[in-house]
Amino acid sequence: MNAIRPTETSAARPFQAPMPATWWLKKPSYVLFMMRELSSVFVAAYSVVLLVLLHRLSQGPEAFEAFRSGLKSWFSIALHLVVLAFALLHTFTWFNAAPQSMSVRLGEKKVPPHLIAVLHYCAWIMVSIAVYWLLTRPAAP
Amino acid sequence: MQKSPEPFFWSLFAAGGTLAAFLTPILVMLTGVAWPLGWAPARTMEHASLHRLVSHPAGKFVLLVFISLTLCHWAHRFRFALFDLGISGGRRTIGFLCYGLAIAGTLAAVLVLWKS
Amino acid sequence: MVDERAMGDETIRLDVHRYHPERDQRPHIQSFDVPYHEDWVVLDALNHLKNEVDGTLTFRWSCRMGVCGSCGMMVNGEPKLTCATFLRDYWPQAIRVEPLANFPVERDLVNRIDDFMTKLSAVKPWLIPSKTKPSETGEFLQTPAQLASYKQFSMCINCLLCYAACPVVGLSPQFLGPAAIALAKRYNNDSRDAGRREREEVVNTHHGEWDCTFVGECSVVCPKDVDPAGAIQQMKLDSMLSWYRRWLTPWQGRG
Repeated sequence: MNAIRPTETSAARPFQAPMPATWWLKKPSYVLFMMRELSSVFVAAYSVVLLVLLHRLSQGPEAFEAFRSGLKSWFSIALHLVVLAFALLHTFTWFNAAPQSMSVRLGEKKVPPHLIAVLHYCAWIMVSIAVYWLLTRPAAP
Repeated sequence: MQKSPEPFFWSLFAAGGTLAAFLTPILVMLTGVAWPLGWAPARTMEHASLHRLVSHPAGKFVLLVFISLTLCHWAHRFRFALFDLGISGGRRTIGFLCYGLAIAGTLAAVLVLWKS
Repeated sequence: MVDERAMGDETIRLDVHRYHPERDQRPHIQSFDVPYHEDWVVLDALNHLKNEVDGTLTFRWSCRMGVCGSCGMMVNGEPKLTCATFLRDYWPQAIRVEPLANFPVERDLVNRIDDFMTKLSAVKPWLIPSKTKPSETGEFLQTPAQLASYKQFSMCINCLLCYAACPVVGLSPQFLGPAAIALAKRYNNDSRDAGRREREEVVNTHHGEWDCTFVGECSVVCPKDVDPAGAIQQMKLDSMLSWYRRWLTPWQGRG
């Protein structure tokens, strides 16, 4: 690798301002990026809650009932709403970014990015309906 | 010779992110908001019906993969986020801690689902 | 079109980053009032200043039509080509003109960009022909579809707006950066090229594509719609697939 060096004169003194840790507060798109990255914390937090739910479930109906009633508290509902907001942020930013990550071509033509995103959203709705059905369908006789 | 193990970790991040994008919102909505507020039928959170789903091998597999990969997604994204927030040192240690927590969560999920 | 004679004697204020290392300890902002013309771009205003007001004002420019990539600067904190940024979109508010972020400043509005030149050469941005098709065998044939697979990434004019927009370039000085990696993808995707393995040594590394966290601002500011963010993500997918191919099918030739 050949580095290209300018002719240094005695007067050359390049200046570079250091990057502050608050760089991401300077632009709305940077703030959104940081919120997107932090959404992973809330996604993981819910997976831990789910793990606890499964653990209590395996301990029998009484233990599960104690866990279940905790979910009904306003504190729990409020927390879940915060988690839901960040989970939705993750979903929207993930689906909106998906077309850039893939290059789907039909011959010369590129599949329009909006179509790829729309297909993701449609699949998401169908998966959500399927999960809803799975969890709420009546028990087999 | 592969220069970097990053492709493997990134694949876990991508898989976990995809699962989270599709599944986390509906699960959070159902278990944490709709059922507590009475918008979903009571059987959503009934011990018997949930136990039936979790006893099934397919149910165990899906839950294990979901929990494990979403934790891996967090581990990967969080270690980069810490760097973006200005924590430039100890990157290897931070990486080990994050993936370590994801592995711990995975093991916990295996244990819980094994005895379910 | 625009009748310049109809313009009154309106002015617009330019707050310009000044730095002459032989006399200045640190950079400072100097304000100028420039004649406002509806069809002027920031570059016109800078040239007016240099010609009529302060001949020591130092900045790079060349084609003044958005193809050479020389005139990139921060305009009100956003990386822009000053030949394509109109005064009318800011008037009557003042315009702050600074050198591109994430690069050292040599003087006034001029960045030192040799770090980028090193990174650019490192990805070998030229066709690396396959040993099985030397030039004696004749020209390469390429279908429109094969051209389409890399054309977008070939439109880069090396203006460095993407480097100014990318926070990782600022946080991680060794990061190869959007333009260099997009150009590596351009050559990897070219059907005439057989150099993917060589470029992987540099790009499939911690400070290559894996430093990128897909902020996406590079593609937002790119004046040529190169979409370097897309190029990098696609490259991550390529690397991921070839990693799995190597581990799951080690007996096959390196894919």
